[in-house]
Amino acid sequence: MSGGSYYVPDQSRFPIFMAFSLFLLVMGASSTINNLDDPSSNAVYILYAGFGCLFLTLFFWFRQVIKEHLAGLDSNQLKQSYVYGMAWFIFSEVMFFAAFFGALFYVRTLSVPWLAGEGEKGIGIAAIELWQGFESTWPVIVTPDQGDGYVLAEKSMAWPGWDHALKWLPLWNTIVLLSSSVTVHFAHLGLKNGDRKKFNRFLGITVTLALIFVGLQAAEYYEAYAHYGLTLNSGIYGSTFFMLTGFHGFHVMMGGIMLAIMLARSVFAGHFEDHDHFGFEAASWYWHFVDVVWVMLFLFVYIL
Amino acid sequence: MSAVIENHHEDHHHGPAKGITRWLYTTNHKDIGTLYLWFSFAMFLIGGAMAMVIRAELFQPGMQIVEPEFYNQMITLHGLIMIFGGVMPAFVGLANWLVPMMIGAPDMALPRMNNLSFWILPFAFFILLSSLFMEGGAPNFGWTFYAPLSTTYAPPSVTFFIFSVHIMGASSIMGAINVVVTIMNMRAPGVGLMKMPLFVWSWLITAYLLIAVMPVLAGAVTMMLMDIHFGTSFFNAAGGGDPVLFQHIFWFFGHPEVYIMILPAFGIVSHIIETFSRKQLFGYSSMVWAMLSIAILSFVVWAHHMFTVGLPLAAEIFFMWATMLIAVPTGVKVFNWVATMFRGSITFETPMLFALAFVVLFTIGGLSGLMLAIVPADFQYHDTYFVVAHFHYVLVPGAIFSIMAAVYYWIPKWTGNMYDERLGKLHFWLSFTGVNVTFFPQHFIGLAGMPRRYPDYALQFADWNMVSSVGAFLFGFSQLLFLFIVLKTVMGGKKATAQVWEGAKGLEWSVASPAPYHTFSTPPKID
Repeated sequence: MSGGSYYVPDQSRFPIFMAFSLFLLVMGASSTINNLDDPSSNAVYILYAGFGCLFLTLFFWFRQVIKEHLAGLDSNQLKQSYVYGMAWFIFSEVMFFAAFFGALFYVRTLSVPWLAGEGEKGIGIAAIELWQGFESTWPVIVTPDQGDGYVLAEKSMAWPGWDHALKWLPLWNTIVLLSSSVTVHFAHLGLKNGDRKKFNRFLGITVTLALIFVGLQAAEYYEAYAHYGLTLNSGIYGSTFFMLTGFHGFHVMMGGIMLAIMLARSVFAGHFEDHDHFGFEAASWYWHFVDVVWVMLFLFVYIL
Repeated sequence: MSAVIENHHEDHHHGPAKGITRWLYTTNHKDIGTLYLWFSFAMFLIGGAMAMVIRAELFQPGMQIVEPEFYNQMITLHGLIMIFGGVMPAFVGLANWLVPMMIGAPDMALPRMNNLSFWILPFAFFILLSSLFMEGGAPNFGWTFYAPLSTTYAPPSVTFFIFSVHIMGASSIMGAINVVVTIMNMRAPGVGLMKMPLFVWSWLITAYLLIAVMPVLAGAVTMMLMDIHFGTSFFNAAGGGDPVLFQHIFWFFGHPEVYIMILPAFGIVSHIIETFSRKQLFGYSSMVWAMLSIAILSFVVWAHHMFTVGLPLAAEIFFMWATMLIAVPTGVKVFNWVATMFRGSITFETPMLFALAFVVLFTIGGLSGLMLAIVPADFQYHDTYFVVAHFHYVLVPGAIFSIMAAVYYWIPKWTGNMYDERLGKLHFWLSFTGVNVTFFPQHFIGLAGMPRRYPDYALQFADWNMVSSVGAFLFGFSQLLFLFIVLKTVMGGKKATAQVWEGAKGLEWSVASPAPYHTFSTPPKID
C-alpha cells in the first residue's frame, strides 16, 4: 500500500445513467414478457432502448476509466481495488450457478425419487396414489403427470456411450472450451514476456474458440428442439438442462465479448504492458471461471 | 488526458458541487451515505404506513377497512419494503458514512460504483410500488413469495416484482463488493484486522454474506420467471420439480439475509455501549469470532423455516441442533455487552437508551427464536402470530432500534449539531412503549393459535389484537417525532465538539464536526 493519495474520481454522470438504463431494461423486459401473447404490444422497444443505453453507458464509462488509467491516475492501491473487486464479483457468479446446481442435485437425489414413491417422503405420495406409474430415472423423460401438462422429449442429451462419443457435441464443446482456457493462458504468458504478437495471436485463437463453442451450443439446442423434442417445456430435465447450459452459454458470450474487446484494445490501440494489464487479466479470470463451470456441467448435467 | 489530471487536483480543494447534480452525480461516500439514509427513511415511512393499514384492519375482528386481496398486498409489500428498502439501505448508508472514516480511508474503494448501487434503488422501488396500480394488483403472496402462490396463482405484476428484485440484488452485491474491497484494501497503515472497530468487522462479515446469498435469490426469482412464462417445471411436481425446492433455495438466501440485517446492529451497539459505559469493550476478539461463527452457521440452518413442510426426520433433527448452536455465539455477545457495562460509569443519553433496549429486547426475540427452533414446538407455533412476534422483536427493537441509536450517536458528527436530548428521550420512550405494546401481546395470540397473514380472526383473539393495534399506532406516529428531531438537528442546534461524546474512541471522532467533505486524503498516523 502506497502512502500517496488514492484517486477519488470527480462527480460522474455514468452511474445514474446506468441505473436509468437498468430501469428501462427491466421495465421493458417485464412488459415484454407480460405481453408475449399480444402482437400489438410495443413494450419490446423499451427493452431495446434499455439495452442501447446500457451499452452506450458502459462504453463511455470504461473509456473514461481507461483514460484515467493511461493518464497515470491509478495508484497501485487503486489497482488492487480492481483486483479484489473482480475476485468478489466472480464469487457472486459462482453463487448464482450454485443455486441452479443446488436445484439440480435436489431434484435428482431427493424430489424425483420421492415423486416415484421411494424413500421416507415417497411413502405418502405412494399411499395416496398421486403419480401412478411414474418411475424415478435420470434423465426424467416421462414426467410424473405422464406428459399431461408437458410436451415429453424423446431423448435426452446424456452421454450416449462410447460408440457414439465422437458424434456427441458436448464432448467437442468440452475440448473447445478447455483448449481456449489453455490458449488464453499462452496469451497471458506472451504478454508477460513482452511478446505482443504472441499475445494477439493466442487471444485471437481464444476468441475464435469462444465463437465455435457458442456455435456448437446453438447447434446442440437446435438438435434438442428439432430432433429430440427436448424443450424448456419437457419437465424438470429440460428445465435444469436448458437453464444451466443456457446461463453458462450466456456467460461464455459475456466472457467472449470481454476477451474480444481486450483483443481490439491490444491490436488497435496498443493497450497493455507486460507489467500492467489488469483489464485483460480480469477478462481471463472470468474466462477460466466459465471454463470451470463447464467442467461441472459436463460432469453433472451430461455424464453422470 | 491532462484535463483529467487537472480536474483531479482541483477536486481536493473544493467541497460539494452546487445544486441537484451534487446528489445525482456524486462519488463522495458521505453524500452517498446521506442518500441511502434518507431513502431508507422514506421507505420506512411508506412501509410503516402499510403496517398501519394492517393494524387498522386487525383492530377488530371482521372485515372493516380493506378487501382481503388488498390486505394480502399490504402484508407482502410491507415485508419487502421494510427489508430491502428500509433496513438494508440504512445499514449500507451507515457503512458508507462510517467505514471510510473509521479505517482512515479517503473514500470508498470504488466511488462511481458506489453511486450506481444507490441510484438503482429508487428505480427498483418505483417499479415495486407501481405494481399497486397494475391490473390484478401488487404482489400478494407474502414477502417470502412461496411457489406456487407466486407462480401459478400470482397476479401479472409478479413479472415486475421479479425484475425489481433482480436489480435490487445487483445493487446490494455492488454495495457489498465496495465495502469488502474498501475494508480489505483501504485501511490506513497500522489498522490491522484485529484493530478494526467492530462496526467495520460486522460490515466485512455482512458484505461477505450479501455477496454469497443475493445471487441465490436472483437464481430463485429467475426460476420463478421461467416457470411462469416459459414452461419450465422447477416448482411444479407434475413436471418432476418440487414446490419445496423453492423454499429451500429461498431460505438458503433468507436465513443469511436475517443476519445481514442484524450483524451491523451488533457492531453499532458495541460502539455505543463502550462509549457510554466509559470502559473498554469487554472481549473484543470474542466479539469478532462470535460474529464469524454466526455468519458461518447461518448457511446451515435454513430449513428451520420449513419444519412443517415435510422434511425427512434426519433433516429436522440436524437443522434443529444447528439452529440452537447459534445461541452460543449470540450468548457470547450479550454476555460481553453486559460485562462491558459492569462497573462502568454509565450515562443514559438517547443512543445508550436505544442500545440498552436493543440488548434486552433483541434477547427476548432471540429466546423466542430458540423456542421456534425446537421441532415439535414449532409444529405448534408455525405460521402463527408467535412467529410474527419473534421476528418483529429481532427486527424492530433489534435492527431498527440499532439504526436509530446509530443516528443519534453519529448525527452530531454528520451535521455538526447536537440533537435535542429531551425530544430524543421522548422519542425513545414512545418507541419503546409502542414496540412492546404492539408485539408482546402477539406472543399470546400466537400461542393461542391465531394464524398470521389473515385479515380476519376468531373473537377470542379480539382483545390482544386491539392492544397490539393501539401500540402500533403509538409506535408508528412516534416516528414522525423522529423525523422532526432529525430535521431540527440538520437545520441547527448546539454545536458539537470533534469528540462529541466524552467516552468516544475511534478515528471518526478525531476529525471536526461536521466531518469535512473529504477526510483522510492521506492516511492518518495510527499509534
